[in-house]
Formats: sequence, structure tokens, C-alpha cells
Amino acid sequence: MSPLIEIENLSKIYDNGHVALDRVSLDIKEGELIALLGPNGAGKTTLISIICGLVRPSSGHVTVAGHDIIEDYLHTRKLIGLVPQELPIEPFESVIKSVSFSRGLFGKPADPDYIEKLLADLSLSDKKLSQIKSLSGGMKRRLLIAKALSHEPRILFLDEPTAGVDVNLRMEMWDLIHQLKESGVTVILTTHYIEEAEEMADRVAVINNGTIIVVERKADLMRKMGKKQMYLELQSPIATIPEQLRPYDLRIQDNGQVLLYNYETRKERTGITSLLKDLSTVGIGFKDLRTEQSSLEDIFIDLVEERIDVLERAERSMALDLSES
Amino acid sequence: MNLNGVKAIYVHEMDRARRTIFQSLVSPVISTSLYFVVFGSAIGSRITEIDGVSYGSFIVPGLIMLTMMTQSVTYASFGIFFPRFTGTIYEVLSAPISHIEIVIGYVGAAVTKSLIVGLVILSTAGLFVPIQIAHVEWMVLFLLLTSITFSLFGFLIGIWADTFERLQIIPLLVVTPLVFLGGSFYSVDMLPELWQKITYFNPVLYLVSGFRWSFYEISDVSVMISLAMIAIFLLICITLTWWIFKTGYKLKE
Repeated sequence: MSPLIEIENLSKIYDNGHVALDRVSLDIKEGELIALLGPNGAGKTTLISIICGLVRPSSGHVTVAGHDIIEDYLHTRKLIGLVPQELPIEPFESVIKSVSFSRGLFGKPADPDYIEKLLADLSLSDKKLSQIKSLSGGMKRRLLIAKALSHEPRILFLDEPTAGVDVNLRMEMWDLIHQLKESGVTVILTTHYIEEAEEMADRVAVINNGTIIVVERKADLMRKMGKKQMYLELQSPIATIPEQLRPYDLRIQDNGQVLLYNYETRKERTGITSLLKDLSTVGIGFKDLRTEQSSLEDIFIDLVEERIDVLERAERSMALDLSES
Repeated sequence: MNLNGVKAIYVHEMDRARRTIFQSLVSPVISTSLYFVVFGSAIGSRITEIDGVSYGSFIVPGLIMLTMMTQSVTYASFGIFFPRFTGTIYEVLSAPISHIEIVIGYVGAAVTKSLIVGLVILSTAGLFVPIQIAHVEWMVLFLLLTSITFSLFGFLIGIWADTFERLQIIPLLVVTPLVFLGGSFYSVDMLPELWQKITYFNPVLYLVSGFRWSFYEISDVSVMISLAMIAIFLLICITLTWWIFKTGYKLKE
């Protein structure tokens, strides 16, 4: 099955020269929930704004369900719902009129039953006749989701759905997004909260400085990039690491009470068995053992920093080249 | 064609007028009634007839034009400026709706509103002074063309303006003076010769003159010239609107 959204070499350079996207390519499959993870200013919003038609691409192509987003925009936009990051609202309009307006705007005939059901699903039924300005922040966000879903789109873009939202509301939002995914909608969400991507996404695309650094199934990403740490609580403290154990990446913690072993899960051999064997050979006993896995957050920081390292090195070598020539 | 989309924008805009009925309808009617009281009754009774028409009746077409021009600009400019200001424009720009359809929705609503205001003023005026309409079809044509042209012009202002201040400045500094000096309240030959010449550069003169002709068959310039002038102005507005959507000026980055 061909992907629902195909992004090919997409670049965006703003008039002020800022490169927001640099040859981004990404395929998104029908029914998946993909998280675009990256720091503020990484290019996430620009990417989805281009697909939705709010920003013109400088070069590259995007197709949605096989149709080009520029030539066939009348076709592609029908399939897409967008929940923007800010909360733009028409303050004096009523909730139900606002949602009905969105449905009409996207070319669908009026369907009061569907709108009522949608408002009920988003717990907005008792507010349907209220003016939008009287809604709380969480309700406004749910209203924008209702507006985005009003024309029954196959694809939903959520730009930072939980930015500036309290913990309870965030949980609520996560539940809601899970339900949407269950109902078959393809969800693309941007976030700079790693736990959000970790909680929800099937796949994670890490984006920084306008390029996608890595796209992986979340589980694969964690397995591939994940480091694990094993903590050994020793029976009696040690001051130095014995010669025989030097090949292992070991560190002494808590005044010699704890021995910390770093290993990478992506390696075929983690070295745990031989480490434990060598420990008993040198006569170090332990009373307890626990392991910890690095979170997506650690992986993310590693990736972004690695990227910066590479760039810095490239810059330095360029500077060298220049000074030499 | 996304007819549901056009309808959604149109209904949405008419709804805004309903919510602000006082501003939209009552205030232009009140201010026009004040003109009738001041110019028609108080001052007008001391002014002699112009080309056989009493002064009170003479100013009716001009007053209707004056209100319709300013109201068309206000409705249309506000209609598109407000969603840009609140940010809700994102929805229209990401919708499967063509540029022409967007313009038809917004400008169509502004035209409807200003036609309603124009007709309400016409009937209000009928309470104060005797009115005769010699050529109803020409009157309707001028009403339509004027409200379409000035609504398009307002739409352009609403896209160009970045602040509320800029939104007001063109209507205030350009439209209102042109409309007042365009012969709404007087016949051009009542002016000194130099000012007569200057007035012929005012496009509004041709609209008011043509519109007045449809009432009383008196005019400052030939009705065909009036028609040609408004057609030119309409074409300029259509061209500019087309350019804005083609380039995405102030709408898309």
C-alpha cells in the first residue's frame, strides 16, 4: 500500500533567509500516529503548515492520497483537519455555529446530527450555544479539535496539542488522541514534550534545524539508540576498580557502595554474563541489582547534540579549508 | 465548485451583521436621517431648486451613495481583517476552497449588507421628502455596481491593513473626502470654475451623477461616462484582488 502522505525533498526558505526546512522527505502511512519531535523552531510547524496550505514551499513536493498539495489542493485539503498551536477563535460566535461553519467551509453539506455527536464526544454539548470567549482554555482547544474534525477528515494534524496545558488536561488530550487513532484517523502531532511522543506515537520523526535526523518506530528507536545502565549494590565498598574489570565501562558511585555498568542494548552481546563472572572471580559480591533504560528524552538529547557536533566539526573544517586556501 | 464553502462564509458574515445589528444597520440609518433633518429641512428649505428638483429630494441619491460606499468598504474590510486579526483565517486558507469562492463569500455578504442599508435609507428618505425614480433598472444597476466595487475595494483594504488604525485610515482619509466632494450634496456647477475642474478627477462624482440621473434624469456628466468610470474602477479592484491571491500577499508566507 502506498503511503497516505509522501513528502519529498521539501525545503522552505523564508524571505528573511531563514531556512526552516532543508530537503525533508517523509512517508506517512494510513492509520498511523506519528510524532514530529523537536525543539522550538525546529521546523515542525512549517512542515505541517505547508501540507495544510498555509505556507508555500520553496522547493520539493508533497502528495496526499496520491494528489499534489498545490495542483490538487481542492482534493487534498478535504482529507485534512488542522488543529493549530495557538488558539485562534472568533470570540463572539457560538460553539455550534463555529463548528458548523468549519464543516461548510470544507465543502460538506450540513449535518446537525454529526455535529451534535462530535460536540458530545468532546464534552462540549452543554456549551454549544455559549459564546466562544466564555470557554476555558481546555474547552477552546477541544473546540478547535471539533472544528478540525467537523468535515470528517482522514488525516488530523495536531500542532503542539498540549503546549501550556495542565497535567489533567494533558491526560485527557492523550486519551482523546488515542480514541481518534482507534477510529482510523491518521494523526500527525508535533511536540517538544518527549513523554508525549513516548506515550502515543507509533513512529517518531526527530526534527532539528529543519532536517529530519531520524525516523523510526518508537520501539525500534528506543532499542537501537537506548542505553541501559545496571546498578550493582556491593556487599562491601571498593575504592578502585580492579585491573581485571578495566575493559568494562564501570563507574564507582556512593563511596564505593554501588558499581554502575553502562551498556548498549543494540549490541548483540551486552557483556552482562561475563561481567558477573569476572566479578565473582575477583571476589566482589553484590546484594542487589537493578537496570534502567534511557528514555526517549535521553535519546533525543543525544541525537540533537550529535548533530550539533557534526555541524561544528564541519564548520571547523570548512574554516580550516578557507584559511588554507 | 465548493458551494457549501461559499455559503458557509456568506452565512457566517451575515451572522456577524445580525450580532451587531446596531452598528450595521441602525447607525447608518440614524446618521442619514440626521442629514435629512439638517440639510433637507433646516438648510434645504432656504436653497432654491436644482434643475427643477427640490434640494431635499436632490440629495437623496447622493446620501444613499455616500452611505453605501462607506458601508461597503467598512463591511468588507472588517470581514476579512477580523479573521486575520484573530488568526481564524488559517481555517479559510487551509480549506478546499478557491480564491474566487473566498471573494464571492466575503464580498457577496458585504454587498448584501450595503444593499439592505441602501434600500432602508431610500425608504427612510421617502418619509421626509418626495422621491421619484425615473429608471428603476438603472438605479438597481448603479446600486449593484457601486456596492460590488466598493466592497471589493474594502476587501483589499482589509487584506492590506495590519492594524486597526490602518484599517480606518483609507476610509477616513480617502473614501470619505472623495464621497463628500463627489457632488452628494450639490451640483458641480454650483462650484467655482477651478473646483469644478478638480472635481472631474474625483471618480465618485461619476457614480453619484449617474445614480442621480436614474432618479431625476438630471446629471453632471453623461450616464454612459458614469457607467464606464465605475466599470474601470471595478476592473482595477478585480485585478488587484487577483494579484493578491496569486502572490499570497499578506496571506501566505
